[in-house]
Formats: sequence, C-alpha cells, structure tokens
Amino acid sequence: MRKSFIAENPSVLWFLFCLGLFTLGVTVLAEATGAGIISTSFVKTLGKVLCLCLVAIAMDVVWGYCGILSLGHFAFFGIGGYAVGMWLMYARTEAIVTQSLAERSIPPTAVEVNDAIASQIFGVVGSAEFPLIWAFSHSLALQLLLVVLVPGLLALIFGWLAFRSRVTGVYLSILTQAMTLALALYLFQNDSGLRGNNGLSGLQNIPGFEAVPQSMISMAFFWASAAALGLGYVLFARVLSGKMGSVIRAIRDDEARVRFLGYHVESYKLFIFTLTAIIAGIAGALYYPQAGIINPAEIAPIASIYLAVWVAIGGRGRLYGAVIGTAFVSLLSSWFTGGGAPNVNLGFYTIQWTEWWLVLLGTSFVAVTLFFPGGMGMIFDKLKKDAS
Amino acid sequence: MSTLLELSGVSVSFDGFKAINNLAFQIGEPEMRAIIGPNGAGKTTFMDIITGKTKPDEGRVLWGEKSINLIGKSESMIAREGIGRKFQKPTVFEDQTVRENLAMALKNPRSPFEVLLYRKSAEGAARIEALAAEINLTDQLTRKSGELSHGQKQWLEIGMLLAQDPRLLLVDEPAAGMTPAEREKTTEILVEAAKTRAVVVVEHDMEFVRRLNCKVTVLHEGSVLAEGSIDHVTQNPEVIDVYLGR
Repeated sequence: MRKSFIAENPSVLWFLFCLGLFTLGVTVLAEATGAGIISTSFVKTLGKVLCLCLVAIAMDVVWGYCGILSLGHFAFFGIGGYAVGMWLMYARTEAIVTQSLAERSIPPTAVEVNDAIASQIFGVVGSAEFPLIWAFSHSLALQLLLVVLVPGLLALIFGWLAFRSRVTGVYLSILTQAMTLALALYLFQNDSGLRGNNGLSGLQNIPGFEAVPQSMISMAFFWASAAALGLGYVLFARVLSGKMGSVIRAIRDDEARVRFLGYHVESYKLFIFTLTAIIAGIAGALYYPQAGIINPAEIAPIASIYLAVWVAIGGRGRLYGAVIGTAFVSLLSSWFTGGGAPNVNLGFYTIQWTEWWLVLLGTSFVAVTLFFPGGMGMIFDKLKKDAS
Repeated sequence: MSTLLELSGVSVSFDGFKAINNLAFQIGEPEMRAIIGPNGAGKTTFMDIITGKTKPDEGRVLWGEKSINLIGKSESMIAREGIGRKFQKPTVFEDQTVRENLAMALKNPRSPFEVLLYRKSAEGAARIEALAAEINLTDQLTRKSGELSHGQKQWLEIGMLLAQDPRLLLVDEPAAGMTPAEREKTTEILVEAAKTRAVVVVEHDMEFVRRLNCKVTVLHEGSVLAEGSIDHVTQNPEVIDVYLGR
C-alpha cells in the first residue's frame, strides 16, 4: 500500500513537465540557441523570473504552509546575491588589473596586485583596502559556500531567538521586517564593506568566460535557473509530503495543539525558516548575475512585501500557486512599468501605467485577500474537482 | 494501583486572583477520576499546570515511578512523557483528513528529522484502522476532519489522544454538545481507556459523571473541596452549598 512520492504527488510531475516545456520553448526561440525571436534581454528577464519563482516557493513554504509571514526572505535572497557578486567583482577586477599591470617593465608583486584590485573596487567609497568580509572573495568555491551558509546561519540565529520567545503572527512579521530594514540600512553605509549604495556591479560579466557572448551566458543562466527551480520544487514537495507536511500545516492552523501532541513546534519552525532562507540565498545567487547589479535597495523591506503579494495572488499553500503568481505578476509588472501598456486617456486625466501600476497591484492584492483566498491556484483546485 | 501523578501545595494566581490555591491531587494507574466544580473553580487551570501551559507560583507536580518534576518542562516534553489532553472545544486539524490527524498523533519519534524521514508502515496503518474502529470513524478516514459533525470531532480528538498512547488522559468536557447516543459511546470509550491508564475527566454534566462510575474530586476556588464516590460527594453539605444547590 506504500505509494511512491511521485504517485502521491502527481502535481510535481505536472510542474516539472510544464517547466521543461517552457525551458525547451525558450531555448528554441532564443537568439543564441534558436530562431532568435526571443531577445537576449528577454531571456535574462525570464531567467530572473524563474529565480523569483524559486524564492516565492520558499516564501510559500514558510508562510503558506507553516504560517510564518516572514518579511525577510528577500534579505536572504539579497545576501545570496552579494555573496556571489563579491567573487564576480573580485575575479573580474583581478583580470583587468593583471592585464594593465603586465604592460609595465617590472612585473608587479602580489601585494601590488591586491592593492590595485582593492582601490579599483573600493575607490568609489573612498577606500583602498579590502574589508574583512572580502577575505574569501578570491575563491569561487568559498563564496558559493557563503551563499548557503550566511543566509542559513542568519536565519538559524534569528529564528532561534524569535521562535524560542514564542513570538508569532504579526509581531514576528514586524521583527523580520526590522531585520531586513536593519540589514539594508547597514549596507547603505559606505563603510559596510560592500560599497554602500553603489552596490556591486558588472555582475553579468562572468570571469573566465569573456569570450562567450552575453546571449549564450544568459542562456546558461536561464537553464541553471530552470534547473534550480525544478530541484527546489521537488525538494519542497518532498518536505511537505507525508507526515512532515501534516505537522507543518498543523502548526500553521493551531500550534498550541501540536505542542500537546508532543511535537517541539519551535524546532519545526526553525527547520523550515532556515531551509527556506538557504533556498532564497541560492535563488539570489542565480538572479543577480543575470540582473548585473545588486545594491542595498534590493533588500529593502518593500521587496519582501512584494514577495508576499506574489504568493498571495498566486494562492498560498500551493507551491505551483506561488510560481504562477510570481511569474504572472512580475512579468505583468515589467510590462506596465516598462511602458508596454498604453496609457488610458480619460479626457480629464490620463492614466499612466508606470505610476498607476502599483495602485492596480495593491487593489488586486486586497481583492484577492478578501474574495479569493486561494488566489489563482483556485482555478486549478476547481479543475481538479471537476475532473474527479 | 501505584501513584502516577501527584500535585502538592500547588498555587497559581493571575493578577492577584488565586486560580489554584494550595491544591493537592493524586491519581493512580489505572484509574478513572472525574473532576467537577462550578465555573471558575480552577478546572482548566489545573489541566494547564499539568500539561505545562501554565507555570505554578509554588508547589510540586511529580510524575511516574521516578517522581520526575514536571514544572518547567515544555508542553511537548510533557506530552512525550505520556500525558495527553483533550480540549473542551474540539480542536482537530480541520484542513486535514481523519487519517492524517490520527497519523500525526500516533506514538512515534517526534523530532523534525525523524518525522521528515518517517515512512508509512503497515503497523501504523493497522493501528490507525483499529483506532478508527474504536471511535466509530472507520468510514470517515479519508474525509477532511473539518467536515465531521461536532460529536465526531470530539471522538476524533479522543482517538488522537489514544493514538499518543499516553499513561494519563486529561479530558475536558467530552460530552458537551453530544446526543444521548453519542454520550453513551463516549462513556464506553473512556471506561475502556481507563482499564489500562489513568483518565481524568472534567465534566459539568452530573448524569454523565454518574455513568462513569468512578471516584469524584470536587474543586472549589482552586482547591479540593471533597473527594469520594459520586453519592458521597453529592451528599456533602458544603458541595451542595457551593455547587449543586445552585
């Protein structure tokens, strides 16, 4: 009577099928690998959307399934981006500096090279030395480790303190938001060691792959993002299946009762909070090389609130809902704010979508919360009901 | 019959109001005990103290052969020690099926990693079937528990309690809102459970208590007013004065 994981969760297979089809379609139509109908910049947009979908399913797990409305998951996303961005910036600057110093008659010493890299990177914030947190920036492997470790440890410590004190509901949301704000404000400072509000830039240039055209690099990142989303989806679906999923949903619905069943609720919350923070970090590490730049504004609390809005519109408590909501809203958002939507002339007033888009988004968020708690995922629930 | 749980000198006050006042209480294993008392007598607080939800200001709560002190332990640790609790309002996880509710309560390792790697087993399934039969919910296993009737939810909660295989069951008003037939079934389940465990039933309904046919403890203003058989306590003038006479 024991059924396999896939047999018990047919939606996972459907999701992977759709994701595969989408990836194949984009590959066939893209500039680098196919017909050239999809431009390189749009491939980047799609790749970024896939990363946002990945952080959105993490948000859905922590909020939709476990009931913790975290307004800090975009901070973990940003940390992942910074961690990988440090290596990208270091390695690229190193290549440039070595090249320019090579033209001198006397070969440069290691110290000279290091100083030159430091003044290149930190000249913009009036410094010429590497801060301590850049100690591992020369090594891709170590920085990739930090992509996982820093968000994981931060979430572990923060979560331990918060859950242990039994902070729940809106108070916990405020606390996570405060953490995000504090982090963003800290990074805005020039002496934070991460170039203040300049952030890290030029991340789209991948050291060692200078000869490869951007159209191909963006394809590679697109594929990697699709693979990460697929793996993340399977991972979360596995965690949420069976008894673990039961306990997590039970914690969302009545955590006091779960305690009386003998489960240590705090450990479960901490597990979910940390796991989702790590996945958010990985998503960020894939996103920012496609975006090309990361600065502290990306981490501001508003970004985490957007994340909650995407998940709510897609339908929380359904992994595919988070993906649909995020893809739909973020693509629509770039259409509206990018000037894609025609302005509406009412005679006495012209609605300019670049400004009015946020109003539209806010209104739909309120409408979804009030009238369609299942969000866009409700459509699938209905289809499933009709089919059976 | 050996002593399983012993409370002595337990007091707790909320904002100056003494909810429990120098309370002493003992229960053996196996034993059935009913607790009655007017509103505000401290019945719920009494359960809160045993299950770790409320920390008493003073006193001792000793558990088991080794007389472990339960004060200061978390709710989940106390539950794992073998104390199960049923709430007055049926609290089942309405979004999940009856089977999932029971599976969660089954006595199994409770740490996140063990639960993550937990695999359904034939014994587990058989245990769930047996429990479902015991609480009359065999046909409802695949239904969402939110769709059950009030009485069925009460039974499911009792079933979840039994699934935990506790040594002590604390049951708060199990018969509230039940039809006479459902009450009879509930009595049966509790009497059966009390053959092998300690069961404490808090109940307002005198008829129901009489049918449990067990020792009765009367609480009043946070301490024990009288203890003994139902006939003994109902004839106690003090009890009549504070509770039954009204």
